[in-house]
Amino acid sequence: MKKTEKIKSIEKLYKTIDHHIQKRKSEETPVLTVSAGTCGRARGSMRVIESLEKVIQKENLKDQVRIRVTGCHGFCEAEPNIILQPHNFFYQKVQPKDAKEIISETVLNDKIIERLLYTDPSTETKALNEDEIEFYKKQRRIVLGDNALIDPTEIGDYFSIGGYRSLAKALTEMKPEEIIETIQKSGLRGRGGAGFPTGNKWAFARKAKGDTKYVICNADEGDPGAYMDRSLLEGNPHRVLEGMIIGAYAIGTKEGYIYIRDEYPLALHHITLAIEQAKELGLLGESILGTDFSLDIHIAKGAGAFVCGEETALIASIEGRVGEPRQRPPFPAVKGLWKQPTNINNVETWANIPIILQKGADWFSQIGTNGSKGTKIFSLVGKINNTGLVEVPMGITLREIIFDIGGGIPGGKEFKAVQTGGPSGGCIPKEKLNLPIDYESLTAAGSIMGSGGMIVMDENTCMVDVAKYFLNFLRDESCGKCLSCREGTQRMWEIVKDITEGLGKEGDIELLVTLARAVKDASMCGLGQTAANPVLSTVRYFREEYEAHIKDKKCPAGVCKNLIQYLILEEKCTGCLACLKICSQEAITGELKKVHIINQEKCIKCGACFEACNFDAIIIE
Amino acid sequence: MDAERQKVKSFIDKYNGEKRALIAILQDIQGEFNYLPSESLRLVSEILGIPLIDIISVATFYRSFSLEPRGKHLVTVCLGTACHVRGGPKILEEFERKLNLKAGQTTLDKQFSLETVACLGCCAIGPVVVVDDDYHAQTTIRKVDSILKKYRAKEKKNEENRKN
Repeated sequence: MKKTEKIKSIEKLYKTIDHHIQKRKSEETPVLTVSAGTCGRARGSMRVIESLEKVIQKENLKDQVRIRVTGCHGFCEAEPNIILQPHNFFYQKVQPKDAKEIISETVLNDKIIERLLYTDPSTETKALNEDEIEFYKKQRRIVLGDNALIDPTEIGDYFSIGGYRSLAKALTEMKPEEIIETIQKSGLRGRGGAGFPTGNKWAFARKAKGDTKYVICNADEGDPGAYMDRSLLEGNPHRVLEGMIIGAYAIGTKEGYIYIRDEYPLALHHITLAIEQAKELGLLGESILGTDFSLDIHIAKGAGAFVCGEETALIASIEGRVGEPRQRPPFPAVKGLWKQPTNINNVETWANIPIILQKGADWFSQIGTNGSKGTKIFSLVGKINNTGLVEVPMGITLREIIFDIGGGIPGGKEFKAVQTGGPSGGCIPKEKLNLPIDYESLTAAGSIMGSGGMIVMDENTCMVDVAKYFLNFLRDESCGKCLSCREGTQRMWEIVKDITEGLGKEGDIELLVTLARAVKDASMCGLGQTAANPVLSTVRYFREEYEAHIKDKKCPAGVCKNLIQYLILEEKCTGCLACLKICSQEAITGELKKVHIINQEKCIKCGACFEACNFDAIIIE
Repeated sequence: MDAERQKVKSFIDKYNGEKRALIAILQDIQGEFNYLPSESLRLVSEILGIPLIDIISVATFYRSFSLEPRGKHLVTVCLGTACHVRGGPKILEEFERKLNLKAGQTTLDKQFSLETVACLGCCAIGPVVVVDDDYHAQTTIRKVDSILKKYRAKEKKNEENRKN
């Protein structure tokens, strides 16, 4: 957007929004929407865009087609993908070499390129647009959906879908108390982990006494396997910002912070740009839109510490200190940043605010279950066919997410468990697939909602190894303030590590459970209080797998190195030399067209031969 | 050394010499020198009036700071949960073998540093390896060697260009 004058009144803002909406409606040139979030870029979307631009320039088609570079659309499996408006044709896994054909055939001649269409793996039918794809059918994308409509670096694009209308409404038609009441009535709960009712949090912060108050956006998305916040900041930063501005107005604050993870360069870039644009137009800064409400928002970059997702640790980090949590109460709503009342919400929570104001609390609260309203974005990853970000109404079952939306497990393997809630969560087994998901049901199942990571595991995933993985993560990330967490996570990790290495003893499981409960009871912050979940949930549902490691010295999933060996099946080995050549230890012997043999003494179990064999002749036992 | 001091001073000035900006200042120094030289930490301590021990505790608490110089190329292997179940640890081990070091270390020739990260949020394309700013998707044990070769070749070419 060009350097423009500040929007000095709310009326002017409405006019600006209408102008952009009309402009979008009257646009007749076809638009190629290319997804280019971090994953899309990693898969080459920028090269695709470059090729498309080259073709457009070469053929002099500037007036006949336009490219819109957007953030992530959620269907990571199909990246890089292109949607062609006005027909909404959906092309997936596009390569730079496809650019010419896309322009000449589809853009100019409305002809579909069959090979770029998505094919349903079970029915083999091809889908013309997103609505026909199973992955999208059961979703309800009230937050994430807009990502596909806008260029996140253009504030005008956000206006063109009605963006900042909720802010205008809040500032003209609603008193701060009314906004808080609306959020309370909507039933929105924090999307970052604990699920605290957002409206109540705001009410506390509004009531708290203090000269200066702060709002903070927690974008320190640390749970491994969760990336919805990154996707929102990359793909729709103004929506998060709009939510924050409304919240700041409702609570009565003049200053805000976005605490963002250092590992998210693109998200950082886009939200920084969004803040600049909003300032330029007078949506941030002194006397916003000519009212007496002022707000500044700053960026604070995280420096790589998982515990800083905890609100008191996050505050310490913004203040320039070591990110150690402190005892609550006092809660940040009373005493937070620089000892002033502070309201912290997560990215997805903020992104829900504009739509609640726009459509009303009743509309929002009709979505979801009794206790959990609205939608939740989950990142469906791991051993799953359709990897991606899925936004579903609360109350949908795990089965629907994993099998209907996710398309089940690749390679005909069997589903074993789904891990939710990150390192604070737990593993849920297949007996619980019909569980309707909300905050309470996941807690009852021994896990948590957390920020929405959903890592699917199949028969080749070892649950003891998964517990070891999370314990290693937690002992590393424990800030060390509480002895129970610092030492407890370390000892639990050592015990589980021993078990995976064949050194497990009778009584280890009982010891683990006792230790896990002690860490849970005696730690101060959420990290320690939930650090037991990965152990307790895997012991609860997969005890026999622990026992196989301890008693039989076997890893049934074939993962734990000390308990497995790689073998070559005589009847399947073709003697192709592929494994022999790849082996860095010279542990494989054999000749061309003769069965190869692995020398177990030399084998370091790196898995290279297993990966190299094209005939499934190498097995893990 | 003087240039280094000037640079550090300019970072501190950028934040008006405020103590609260310590982490941001350290991030700038890390960004500039690829690690936190001890001289620069002393200077920060002097100017901001923060005891050196407090600066060291911040510098060692956060993962993105390094007190040792890093190699020319930073290889980061993602060990997020999704990458883990898809074989991330095997990829890491292969890098460790090929570079003859452990995660967190730098090769003797200062060409490569190997680090791990607990999720980059690109779970669909795991196991993910990032070298400098390039993302390598769906890495396999076999790809490790060719990834390293690519950067070694780049260096060799740079070296030759310099000679010419």
